[in-house]
Amino acid sequence: MIRWLVGAIGLGVVATHALAADPVEIGIGYLGQAGVKSRLSLVEQPAGNDGIAGARLAIDDNNTTGKFLNQHFSLEELRIADGEDVAKAATALASHNGFVIADLPAEALLKAADALRDRGTVLLNAGSIDDRLREEDCRPNVIHVAPTRSMLADALAQYLVWKQWKRWILVVGSHETDKLYAAALRRAAARFGAKIVQERIFEDTGGARRTDSGVTLIQRQMPVFTQQAPAYDVLVAADESEVFASYLPYRTWDPRPVAGSAGLVPTSWDAAHDQWGAIQMQNRFIKLNSRRMTALDMQAWTAVRMIGEATSRTNSSQPKPVFDFLKGPDFSIAAFKGQRLTLRDWNLQLRQPILLVDGRMVVSVSPQEGFLHQVSELDTLGVDRPETRCKLQ
Amino acid sequence: MWRRCLLSGLAVWLAVVPPASAFMAYVSNEKSNTVSVIDTDNWTVTKTIKVGQRPRGIEFTRNGKFVLVAVGDDDTIQVIDVATQRVVDSLPSGPDPELFTQDAAGKILYVANENDNTVTVIDLEKRARVGDIQVGVEPEGMAISPDGKILINTSETTNMAHFIDTATRQIVANVLVDARPRFAEFKRDGTELWVSSEIGGTVSVIDPAKRVVTGKITFSIPGLRREAIQPVGIGMTKDGKTAFIALGPANRIAVVDAASHAVTKYLLVGQRVWHMAFTPDEKYLLVTNGVSNDVSVIDVAAQKVIKTIQVGELPWGIAIAQP
Repeated sequence: MIRWLVGAIGLGVVATHALAADPVEIGIGYLGQAGVKSRLSLVEQPAGNDGIAGARLAIDDNNTTGKFLNQHFSLEELRIADGEDVAKAATALASHNGFVIADLPAEALLKAADALRDRGTVLLNAGSIDDRLREEDCRPNVIHVAPTRSMLADALAQYLVWKQWKRWILVVGSHETDKLYAAALRRAAARFGAKIVQERIFEDTGGARRTDSGVTLIQRQMPVFTQQAPAYDVLVAADESEVFASYLPYRTWDPRPVAGSAGLVPTSWDAAHDQWGAIQMQNRFIKLNSRRMTALDMQAWTAVRMIGEATSRTNSSQPKPVFDFLKGPDFSIAAFKGQRLTLRDWNLQLRQPILLVDGRMVVSVSPQEGFLHQVSELDTLGVDRPETRCKLQ
Repeated sequence: MWRRCLLSGLAVWLAVVPPASAFMAYVSNEKSNTVSVIDTDNWTVTKTIKVGQRPRGIEFTRNGKFVLVAVGDDDTIQVIDVATQRVVDSLPSGPDPELFTQDAAGKILYVANENDNTVTVIDLEKRARVGDIQVGVEPEGMAISPDGKILINTSETTNMAHFIDTATRQIVANVLVDARPRFAEFKRDGTELWVSSEIGGTVSVIDPAKRVVTGKITFSIPGLRREAIQPVGIGMTKDGKTAFIALGPANRIAVVDAASHAVTKYLLVGQRVWHMAFTPDEKYLLVTNGVSNDVSVIDVAAQKVIKTIQVGELPWGIAIAQP
């Protein structure tokens, strides 16, 4: 007993003087693709450090906290070019980092996850919104910080229905991701009582995104493309490929609002978001990166902060206890969304409110009032537990 | 300039001193950029004072002659002369000041600066910044121990209560609490420190001597989802028996037995209830309701809401007089 007491006192002393010792190192890898996707709008053109800039800010935030806990965080970035072996890259990153933030398309993410499965490395998906990663292709070693396509579609649908804009025309791009978004929007319409009165496909015929006489042509094309529509309230565009949606606002044949991939857009974050203390976050980000914060930046910030939160709560730098804490009932994270964010235990998807933005302002935040749920109103967004096709393990 | 104001202010203040029973409550309206002055005799707004941008933290100076209000977007703390009800000066607070606290003598002001992870130390007489203390991410809540030896700062993203030695201005302990700690309050006898966690939805009870969390106050309101319960402001009666905790978007004040830490009652107030202040006689507790743009008046003995007063937009902080 006395020996135990002495031991305890010894521990207390160690704890108080812990700051003198070398801090515990916590390495986080960031695995992304080389190059950025082009956007129709020049102001939306992603910066070269889109995503990782948010991770870097979270590393700074974690280190400010880590100062008091004797923990130190570092970030290692790895970019893979088209055709490069993602499994090899992920394994290389995981050899000196217990955690990897992934900004990868679905197929590459699955390869990385499977390569790391037996190492005990925790993968945090910050970039891919594909539902299948949380459903039929879910993996037990992947936490999803990015919202799903169905969460985004549901967030938009709830608002449009609340606004009584229930008759939609759905315009779908001709690429695979456009079709996936359209499917999520169809599902959302059916769930929340909107009606798709007509669907149109906008074929991508190729060509340059920017030309000197672009506007004249677009001004003729878009009204023609949207004419002879049945009576509708809102045009919903599914164009993740950035081919046409941004050309639609103010150019539809009938004077109607546009939503989806342009106009009113559902997103996890926007540079205009300033509620719930978000202004501090925006200021911190701008100070560090000299540009505004995007949704991908925020998703990466949240992923790194989740690791920081779990390491501070568990006082551990090891992936296993950290991962167990993240999956457990005590985990929640504050991310300037007005409420705590938690993980869906059936597929490790982060529950989160979704912002609806018009490019200049945050118009609304979903879930909308009145869409009720027996567990969490955040579960009115996306695929819920009873419908899930995910079986972890 | 300010010292001269102090003197002339005192003269005017003596001349217009209201009847003994009346108190003046000062409410910062975050969106209107104003401070509403409420006469607690007839519960009416008698004056609306224009201040800087985004007024939040608000307190009387210890001598009761001035009201200090943090105007975050102007990166300063403004000084309102109680006698003339005008802004007469400003203090060098550091960027984006939000909440602050003073030492017992009213000489030193400690300010939480949300934007640069520091607590700024200001000499009130010299109006000079005399020090900075590096704390966690997004410092917010501030409290000073009854013996004046320990300053508490809570940091919203680091999720800690930092214990700062006021003599050395060094951090001596860090206590982890639940997510987004907003406000810290000591019991008068110094036996407990309470810290509210807005996103965590709890109030941590900390033993200030051992510097460990010894208990947590939790809330549950039938028909309300857990996420809507977001504790922020805390008020405790001088006898240390009863505490009131503002629950933000739950639109309620929890009445807590401060000894057992059990919630005894929920009082329905306005929308997004934030901060609070007692009248000096402790007969009334006034709470700010951000979204409904009003202040609820609670009869402390009866534990009942008796009145609602319209103020400016997004009322945030409130000060009535020095406790």
